[in-house]
Amino acid sequence: MITTMSAVAATLTDMGEASTGEAILFWVFAPVMVVASLGLLLARKAVHAALSVITVMIALAFLYVAQDAPFLGVVQVVVYTGAIMMLFLFVLMLVGVDSSDSLVETIKGQRGVAVVGGLGLVAVLAGVVVTATPKVPEGLDVANGSTKDSTNPEELAAIIFGHYAFSLEVVGALLVTAALGALVLTHRERLVPKRDQKARVEARVKALAEGGTLTPLSAPGVYARHNAMDVPALGPDGEPLEVSVNRVLKVRGQEADADEYAARVDRVLAGGWAHGELEAAEPDTDGDDDTSEEADQ
Amino acid sequence: MSAVAYVAADFSNDVHWWVPLLKGVFILVLVLTSVIVAIWFERKVVAKMQLRPGPNVHGPMGLLQSTADAIKLLVKEEISVKAADRLVYLIAPVIAVFSAFLTLAVIPMAGEVSVFGFRTPLQMTDFPVAVLYILACTSVGVYGMVLGGWASGSTYPLLGSVRSTAQVISYELAMGLSLVSVFVLAGSMSTSEIVDAQYRDKWFVVALPLAFILYVVAMIGEVNRLPFDLPEAEGELVAGYMTEYSAMKFAWFYLAEYINMLNVSAVATTLFLGGWHTPIPLNYLGVPDSGYWGFLWFLLKVWSIMFFFVWVRGTLLRFRYDQFMNLGWKVLIPTALAWLFGVAMIRAVGEFTDISTGYMLLVLAGLLLVFAALSFLIPEKKAPPPKPGGEFDPFADGFPVPPMPGQTLPPSPRRLRAMAAAGAVIEPDAAQTEETDRD
Repeated sequence: MITTMSAVAATLTDMGEASTGEAILFWVFAPVMVVASLGLLLARKAVHAALSVITVMIALAFLYVAQDAPFLGVVQVVVYTGAIMMLFLFVLMLVGVDSSDSLVETIKGQRGVAVVGGLGLVAVLAGVVVTATPKVPEGLDVANGSTKDSTNPEELAAIIFGHYAFSLEVVGALLVTAALGALVLTHRERLVPKRDQKARVEARVKALAEGGTLTPLSAPGVYARHNAMDVPALGPDGEPLEVSVNRVLKVRGQEADADEYAARVDRVLAGGWAHGELEAAEPDTDGDDDTSEEADQ
Repeated sequence: MSAVAYVAADFSNDVHWWVPLLKGVFILVLVLTSVIVAIWFERKVVAKMQLRPGPNVHGPMGLLQSTADAIKLLVKEEISVKAADRLVYLIAPVIAVFSAFLTLAVIPMAGEVSVFGFRTPLQMTDFPVAVLYILACTSVGVYGMVLGGWASGSTYPLLGSVRSTAQVISYELAMGLSLVSVFVLAGSMSTSEIVDAQYRDKWFVVALPLAFILYVVAMIGEVNRLPFDLPEAEGELVAGYMTEYSAMKFAWFYLAEYINMLNVSAVATTLFLGGWHTPIPLNYLGVPDSGYWGFLWFLLKVWSIMFFFVWVRGTLLRFRYDQFMNLGWKVLIPTALAWLFGVAMIRAVGEFTDISTGYMLLVLAGLLLVFAALSFLIPEKKAPPPKPGGEFDPFADGFPVPPMPGQTLPPSPRRLRAMAAAGAVIEPDAAQTEETDRD
């Protein structure tokens, strides 16, 4: 069978020692992972923290593959990085990009408990690291089927769906329950019938009689001589269309005067440009005048 | 365990360090030249479909157009947005393009070829989870778009990246499920073994037609091509996640998009269209696929799918966002699940009993016919009864409509005038009876 990946970074040998390739891989990825983990703790923006987690996950996947667990490594990226972290990012973006965490502590004594808990965790981890003795890896042959003509996913499947079938079923039931729970919790009874495309079309046609439009509202800025967004478009009859300017600009009082622009067109059509009257009449609203525009914004 | 063990590519000759290196360089060169050709190809083909000449100024048939574009992008001024999140803004295009480069490493492009008198498969590497590796690479590549849109610190890019996240989550599920039926049939996730399985039996596009259709739909969604290019919908979001990018940083995104097109085409070729083996009518004629011949057939198949991409782009309109999500969640995923269940059941029955697949399909077809026949017995849903007759207003909904059955038209203005001129009293009853008489 193909074991090309392990040719690059051979697995732990029978002596329990890492090969050179694996050692190099480890020493390249370990600092990256440590820095990224610190980034998770220290990052101010939620997206940066998520990015750190992604980095750790991908580096971890490399190490899994180096340790002869290609299936685990690749699935780690597909499932955790590709789906779950993507969902996290989705939620982060929906919540708001600029929102930062509130630093007000709502639970009393939270900081003290966190310090004690953190120190305890450090003590436990240090104890594990200090007392750990390198062992000869076990079960790799079974999981990778290196003795037979079968591969890592096949052997893993045999173990998971054979030996651990019941646990797998339990986990499956748990996940299905969770999914159903999410469905029930987010389900919303529809109070009014859904407005589908047909209903919207009919409503628009009906509104036509009361002065509505069938088409989308026309975009502003046909003149393209001023800020464009605040200048109304011209209708087919040559009259400025008030509806083409964004409502927000109107509320803020930032829209250009439609009549003034229409009057300008009239002047142009009447040969105002040719007589050089316009420059004298309106130096302010000229499109080339950058300073006044910047002052507007 | 599958009854037949398919043969994977043999890499035992690749003992020298320079062999994978050479293959890597080959893939890099292949990808970059293909992208240049692909851009020209797309513009030319879509132009032909729209009855215009397309690029025809630079070089013969406009062949140098993409080269000119590439040079322009290289020498253009780099503009960084002030509101951007600097680091993420810079690495996002890099993530997109580097992940795109990874996929072709596990695609078998030909069988054993000889390089400087050295025999090796024309595939950089292969391992038991190669197809999952491809999925992993694409899912990391999407982070390029998502982070790029977020880091631009601007509204339209952010909307583009939110769309792209949702798109990936919903379409990768369908894509993965359609691929699983390939794994079930081939009994392997290694690309060279899947190609061998198709060579021994039949192409999976024939054996698993629905999985192929699902894959094709999902792959178009995956690479953000029309009709699913919502993250960069130019009519709605300017250019989506790449709005704030310019010059070379934009070129990275552009490059990644085209490499991804090549990637999914190569994956479709490998998983469904028999890989590098000779296509159907020619293999009976004894046209060879050994050595570099295989590479020819591989390229032919990949470019057929590229043509399909362009064809779809020239034909279909962009989906609206809710239609797109409905298609993903309500059509593709349930269909893929049902299909996978069916394939697994047929495979399992074939594995554990002596019933042949043909017999099973026959029984299934019979069952389907029975269901179809039974469905005729279900009474058809009646249309709601028409409104009772009476006053008919032809302009009720804002535009003139003919009367429904049971409704009657009021007399026309001309008739009203005629009746008035005759001095007759207008009686609506009389008008109505006349109307019904005419009916």
